[in-house]
Amino acid sequence: MAPDAGAVPAVQLRGLGKRFGASDALADVSLTVMPGETVCIVGPSGSGKSTLLRCINWLERPDAGEVIVHGARVGYHRSVGGAGLVMTERELARIRARIGMVFQHFNLWPHLTVRGNVIEAPVHVLRVPVREAVAEAEALLAKVGLVDKLDAYPAALSGGQMQRVAIARALAMHPQVLLFDEPTSALDPELVGEVLDVMKELSREGLTMIVVTHEMKFARDVASRIVFLDHGRIVEVGPAQAFFESPTTERARQFLDRYR
Amino acid sequence: MSFRWDVIWRELPQFGLGLANSAWLSAVAMALSLLLGPWLALPLVSRRPVVRRASRAIVDVARCVPFLLLAYFVYFALPALGVRLDKWTASLVTLTVYNTAYIAEIVRGAWAQLPAGQTEAARAVGFTGFRLLRRIVLPQIALAAGPVFGNQLIQLIKDSAFLSIITVPELTYAANAVQSFYFVPFESFTVATLLYWALCGGVEQVVRWNEGRAQRIRYGA
Repeated sequence: MAPDAGAVPAVQLRGLGKRFGASDALADVSLTVMPGETVCIVGPSGSGKSTLLRCINWLERPDAGEVIVHGARVGYHRSVGGAGLVMTERELARIRARIGMVFQHFNLWPHLTVRGNVIEAPVHVLRVPVREAVAEAEALLAKVGLVDKLDAYPAALSGGQMQRVAIARALAMHPQVLLFDEPTSALDPELVGEVLDVMKELSREGLTMIVVTHEMKFARDVASRIVFLDHGRIVEVGPAQAFFESPTTERARQFLDRYR
Repeated sequence: MSFRWDVIWRELPQFGLGLANSAWLSAVAMALSLLLGPWLALPLVSRRPVVRRASRAIVDVARCVPFLLLAYFVYFALPALGVRLDKWTASLVTLTVYNTAYIAEIVRGAWAQLPAGQTEAARAVGFTGFRLLRRIVLPQIALAAGPVFGNQLIQLIKDSAFLSIITVPELTYAANAVQSFYFVPFESFTVATLLYWALCGGVEQVVRWNEGRAQRIRYGA
C-alpha cells in the first residue's frame, strides 16, 4: 500500500496483552485511532483502562501485541518475522517525547515554577532555546487560563489549576497524540469543569486524544468514538452517540445504567 | 588547679590552621562526593539485576569498613600494591570514597521516597538516565533530604579527625600536638571540641536556610 499521509493512523494497537501475575490486565486489545480523533475509554474500575493507556507509551511494557504510533512501532525495533529487539530506555524516551500524557494526580514537578514545569522538557529533552520555550510556555498557559500563575510553585495551585498546567506541559512537546489518564478523577467536583473545558477546546482544534475517563457527559459530548473495556478486553467500540443511546452489549448497558 | 589558657591563646594559629584543614578537606571531599554519588546511585536503581547487585556490593563494602581502617589501608597498605599517595591525597581519597558510598545510598533512598509519579511524568516526556536524575530527581532530593546531607557532612567532619593518625595537621592533630607539647590536655581538647561544634553549627545553619526555602516551595510561596 502506498503511504498516504492522511491515512496513517495516529495510534494502532494490535492484539495487545498485559499480565499482572496470574490475571490478564489486558487481553487481545486491538484499536485504531485516526489523527484528529478523540477516543474515550470507559469501563468499570480495574477493567484495564489505565494499563491500556500506559502500554501505548510503554510506561507499562505489554507482554503481547504491537503498539504503532504514526507508523512507527513502539518498544521493538522492526525486524522481519520475529518480535524484534526490545528498545533501550533511551530509544523509548525519544518516542515518548512525541506522546503526551496527562496523569490523574497531575505529577507536576514541585521544585519548578509553573513556567519551569512547562519549559523543562522542551529545553532539556528537545533542546529548544530557552527564550523560545518560554514564549511558547506563556502562550500555552494563557490558553489554559493561567498566565497570572507563571511564577507560582505547584503547591500554591488548586487541583484544577495544576491539571491545566500539566496539560500545558504536555502540549509544549507538540505531541502527535495526547493520552489522558482519568484527568479529573482527583479533582473536587467544582474544579472538574475548568479542566474539561480545556480538553474540549483541544479536541475541537483537532488534537488526537485518547481519554480514560468516568465523565460520561464529557465522553458523550466530545468523543468521536467510545471504547468500552471490561476485564481487560474491548467489549464494544462505536460512535459516542450510538454507544450512549443504544449500546449493543448487555455489559455496556449495565455499566451505563449506573450513570443514569 | 590552674588552667593555662594563655598557652592556647599563643597556639591559636596552630588551631586555626587545623580548623582550616579540617574544613577544606571535608568540604572538598563532600563536593566530590556530591558529584560522584549520583552516578553511583544510577546503577543502584538499574533495571538489570546484575548491575544493581554489583553496585550494591561496592557501596556496602565501602560503607561497612571502619573509617580508620580505610584510612590505614589507603595510606599504609596501598603502597604494597605500588600505589603511593602523600598524606593529603590519601586523606582526600579516603574521605571521598567513604563519603561517596553514603551519598549514593542517600540519593537512592531519597529517590525511592519520591512519589513514583514524579519519575513517571519525567519518563513520559522523554527524560531518561542521568538527565532525569539531574533535572527532576536531584533538585527534589536537595529540597527534601537537606537535613540528611547535613548529617552526612557532620559525620564526615568528625571522621576527618581520624586523619591525625596519618599525621595530617587537621584540628584533632593540632589539639594533640599542643596538649602533648605543653601538657595542657583539658584546655587543648576543650578548644578543639568548641571549634568542631562551631564548624558543625555552620553546617546546621546552611541546612536550616535550605529547609526554609524548601518549606516555601513545598507549601506555596
